[in-house]
Amino acid sequence: MLRRRSDLPFDHDATAAFLPAMIAMMVFLATLALSGALVLDNLLDRWNRDIKGTLTVQVVHPDAANAKAVAARVEKTIRLIEETPGVLRARALSEGELAALIEPWLGSSDLIADLPLPSLIDVTVGDAPPPDLVALSERLRKEVPGASVDDHRIWLSRVIRLADGLEMLARSVMALVALAAAVAVVYATRAGLAIHRSSIEILHLVGARDGYIARQYALRALWLGSQGAAIGFGLAAPVLLGLGAMAKTLQGGLLAEVSFGSAHWVVLGLVPVLAALLAMTAAFLTVLRTLARML
Amino acid sequence: MRPDRILSDAAKSPSAGIVRFEGVGLRYGQGTEILQDISFALPGGSFHYLTGDSGAGKSSLLSLMYLARRPTRGRIEMFGIDTTRMNHAMLPRVRRRIGVVFQDFRLLDHLSTLDNVALPLRVAGVRESEIARHVPELLNWVGLGGALKTRPPLLSGGEKQRVAIARAVINRPDLLLADEPTGNVDDRIAQRLMHLFVELNRLGTTVVIATHNEPLIRRFPYPRLHLAEGGLALHPASGASPAEA
Repeated sequence: MLRRRSDLPFDHDATAAFLPAMIAMMVFLATLALSGALVLDNLLDRWNRDIKGTLTVQVVHPDAANAKAVAARVEKTIRLIEETPGVLRARALSEGELAALIEPWLGSSDLIADLPLPSLIDVTVGDAPPPDLVALSERLRKEVPGASVDDHRIWLSRVIRLADGLEMLARSVMALVALAAAVAVVYATRAGLAIHRSSIEILHLVGARDGYIARQYALRALWLGSQGAAIGFGLAAPVLLGLGAMAKTLQGGLLAEVSFGSAHWVVLGLVPVLAALLAMTAAFLTVLRTLARML
Repeated sequence: MRPDRILSDAAKSPSAGIVRFEGVGLRYGQGTEILQDISFALPGGSFHYLTGDSGAGKSSLLSLMYLARRPTRGRIEMFGIDTTRMNHAMLPRVRRRIGVVFQDFRLLDHLSTLDNVALPLRVAGVRESEIARHVPELLNWVGLGGALKTRPPLLSGGEKQRVAIARAVINRPDLLLADEPTGNVDDRIAQRLMHLFVELNRLGTTVVIATHNEPLIRRFPYPRLHLAEGGLALHPASGASPAEA
């Protein structure tokens, strides 16, 4: 349908080579930028879930040998935590759980049993509204000396802020690539209009409306844009597959969710489609705008 | 008023003109006016020759009529519409009522003969089935039935001219403007083409033919609009009646 007969001699102009090459490059860059944005979005989502879920309160005991005193301090700490709005529940880790946590560093549980370990309280918090951790920290410091909130959100929030910035950067790159593609199509179309001016005059003189001529340019741009978009996406896909394979070999927690699912590929597949449609729309509007100034 | 700038009889009755010029002037750039104070009106169904020496402004006058340019001054009415007030969107509708045969043919070289002639129908949204029926019929009539798929670069000058004429008349225009339509064809074909124009005129098309071909003018006598020194004069028909030709 796209390659139907045209009233304008498009086969003889340079845009046939320029436009697909340019769209191919743009789609390649946009696909990589969007995939970066999707990966970051994934990571951010996971980190945000982590940050919202739990936090830990540590209680250091001055008299660790006094089990009764230790239990009283832990109980008081849990009560204070649970009184804080936004906290869903608080639970002290058992000695077994504590031992399991530090076993990778200190070895057998026999040795751990002899150590004056602090108590750890696992706190589950909600996000509507989240608890005021600064106030809780202050209250614990006053009422249970040695208790402190281990808020891993502070450093994670910094990482999230960085990732947010990177995601915004990726989206900005996409927007710039789309803008650059549109500008290139506009100039290519203007060049095409200048090349075919005499043919356009003939079409006008036999009664062609601007829309009739613009549709021919638009279909041409859609055809060339589709070719370029397919090439660009065809080049980007193996790069992404390669990067995904490399990420999997790292086996790191940070990169665990870097790999793409089918939903991501569907989203990425929209890039070449949108690029071709963008080329078509830019060409159509450019022709209409230019022809409106002709007699 | 100079004697060579007379108004035609039709121009004196404003309602009669399918084409109406009032005090029209045209200049290119900052040069002198190539057309000065042109005033005339062509009644619907009339047939006129447009004559004058080379460079007298015949093609320029025709181009004003087929709305390829606007006058420097004055007022032009086509089919009762003031073209000086016409906006861009209205132009196609008026142009579809005008068939034009250009001196240099102005065919699209990448299209076949059939597609060139079909152009006015396609831009008007005529169905392909109708195009497939009417266009070959007309091309047969002008002697190009065997060249439907041939592209203009492979045609002779006379054949191109016939393609251009077929394109101008395919949609039965209300006004036919032809710039030297018999300039590149032999006498036999010229007569055949003139018969086509006369027949179209008989069916109601207003015809204006710019030509230098005096023998043809004598053989097919119609009134003549003569351009000289930027002005326009109307000369009545002389010689045999068109029916005799």
